[in-house]
Amino acid sequence: MQREGWRRHQISIGIGVFAIVIFLLGWLEMAQPMGFEFSDITGGIVTFDTLIRVGLLTTVVVGLNMLMGHAGQISLGQAGFYAIGAYVSAIMTTKAANRGINVLFPGAIGEDWWWPWLMILAGMVITGGIAYLIGRPVLRLKGHYLAMGTLGVGLIIFVLFREGGTFTGAADGVGSVPRLSIGSFEFWPRDRYYFLVWAVALAVMWLSLNIVNSRVGRGLRAIEGSELAAQTMGVDIEKFKLQVFVLSTVYASIAGSLYAHYQTLVNPTPFGFVGSLDLVIMAALGGLASIWGAPFGVAIVYVIKEVLRARLSTLLRGAGGEHEIIIFGLLLVLIMIFMPQGLSYAAGRAFAWLRNPSRREREEPLDRLPEKAT
Amino acid sequence: MAALVLLVAIVLYLGYAKGFGAVQYVQLVLDGIRGGSIYALIALGFVVVFNVTGIINFAQGGFVMSGAMLAVAFNNLDLPLPPALQLALAVVFGVAGTTVIGALVERLTIFPARHSHTLTLIIITVGVYIFMQGMALLVWGANAYNLPAFSSLALEDQILRSGGIMLKAQSLWIWGTLAVVLVGLYFFFERTILGKALRACAINRRAAELMGINPSRMSLLSFAMAAALGAIGGVVLSPATRPIYDMGLKLGLKGFIAAIMGGMVSSPGAVVGGILLGVLENVAAGVTRAGFKDIFAFVVLILILLFRPQGIIGGGERGVEQ
Repeated sequence: MQREGWRRHQISIGIGVFAIVIFLLGWLEMAQPMGFEFSDITGGIVTFDTLIRVGLLTTVVVGLNMLMGHAGQISLGQAGFYAIGAYVSAIMTTKAANRGINVLFPGAIGEDWWWPWLMILAGMVITGGIAYLIGRPVLRLKGHYLAMGTLGVGLIIFVLFREGGTFTGAADGVGSVPRLSIGSFEFWPRDRYYFLVWAVALAVMWLSLNIVNSRVGRGLRAIEGSELAAQTMGVDIEKFKLQVFVLSTVYASIAGSLYAHYQTLVNPTPFGFVGSLDLVIMAALGGLASIWGAPFGVAIVYVIKEVLRARLSTLLRGAGGEHEIIIFGLLLVLIMIFMPQGLSYAAGRAFAWLRNPSRREREEPLDRLPEKAT
Repeated sequence: MAALVLLVAIVLYLGYAKGFGAVQYVQLVLDGIRGGSIYALIALGFVVVFNVTGIINFAQGGFVMSGAMLAVAFNNLDLPLPPALQLALAVVFGVAGTTVIGALVERLTIFPARHSHTLTLIIITVGVYIFMQGMALLVWGANAYNLPAFSSLALEDQILRSGGIMLKAQSLWIWGTLAVVLVGLYFFFERTILGKALRACAINRRAAELMGINPSRMSLLSFAMAAALGAIGGVVLSPATRPIYDMGLKLGLKGFIAAIMGGMVSSPGAVVGGILLGVLENVAAGVTRAGFKDIFAFVVLILILLFRPQGIIGGGERGVEQ
């Protein structure tokens, strides 16, 4: 669909506005005008650290949104691909760099500033390769077989890292991962890293928005409408689904690498099945088919988590922070029943209604999960 | 075929390196069949729901946990009953309570969203599982509990020994239960109107509806049955393991893999798949490391999806086409 006037630049404008908001939040933390910090906005519940984590997971969830909303497939092992990125970066910049690489190649390239960046690329290639090997045969099958395949892969990756002995550090993980830098410019302290993380997140969002509005995106929407019809019109279903799946895992890998360099410690805990479920909840909250929903879905989950951690014991007697999953389970069920297109879609409808309550939706929104045919 | 021979050779070599004899293998296989029978019960629940509704019910593991935990809770009550009667009542309470939970889950979450995309319904069942696990954590805490063994009525089970092979009496209870459930299911599906209606709904939902079968009620029935099957598995397993709030995740996933091995639509396939999976993972873990036990099940899952998505045994194309 050809958009008219300023709408042709809708994506760039949207990304631009979002970037300005991100910049303002970062500036608030860096400059601290009149001693006002970012965490003061919410009375200390949401900290700047949370904002960086939201950026990291936004990168993952954008991929998951494309996969679930546009290719109609669900990945229950996305945290595993996130883990590959994190572990490749962590291992290759610490143990491997110190022992193997520097011995093999004289000149200690393992300590050069570009080595970690190269390893982020390596993580992307490895993750994408594994996703391709799994996805190619599995996506040929109709139905939700990718969910099962990714579930299996995610858990295998998790157990391998947990039982990996000294190579992966077992339950303790890999520590003292170096910070990222370009030449002598180090992405640290925290506010510098914040800009790096969000630059990546915005780039990923921009790329995905463009894909969704391109030939591939139209093909994917056709698949959502009717696979048979799409196939008849010459849409290569399997190829499109596979591309989106591989792309989503590559996003996860990038975010994983950035996580490793932010946390400087990688252990298996956040990468299990529960981690994958968290990601699905975030994607579902933001809106399954909505790229714009991703950062909001992640942010909402984080805010709820932080608030619950602080206040849950007063809501439910004897409940601690670990009981937050009750709320998340409930939230996931309610959202899927009452607004399966997610919060961003509901907000869009509410906005349209506010502008003109009498008018029905003129055109069906593009990012819509279709009803079941029967 | 060549791959199979290679696999057996690797297992034998690893076993040889550990000094395993025939006794150890028999022991591993026996224990594997015990675990596999539980997977089979759970897998039957997956198959019933998938056949009727097309939903992969990730809450199935929650039903297993709730069956075990409710039975434990009842058994720990201070009632003036002989221990054997209290344990029997606890088993009934665990299974009946979970069946009600299963029916409630269908009415409260699946029914309101019945016109939604299957993907949405699957995500709903994931949410239900998370909720159930959270509630169990809230009610029972993170402790592992005990249920006395059915024969000895004590925590220490009777152990039958023969030629170096040990067999817990509870294993016999598990196999007996599986046999009774299978016979019961056979009669239900073959000899009762309700069972035949359920089968009709599985074969062709639309046609069944035209014949006056209410698919919404069949969906309710399938969830209740799945819950009962899962709870039975959880209850008979309890004395052999220690029930804990998060036990459902692993058991649910294994049961699911067993269902896939059987082709997802076939009940006999699910049983064979479950037992096969139990034996495979137990022998594989026995000759390598116990910590790797969970990996083998998922490796099996991937291999099945890659090479035989229609299941190892029968199953047919319907599961793939669904």
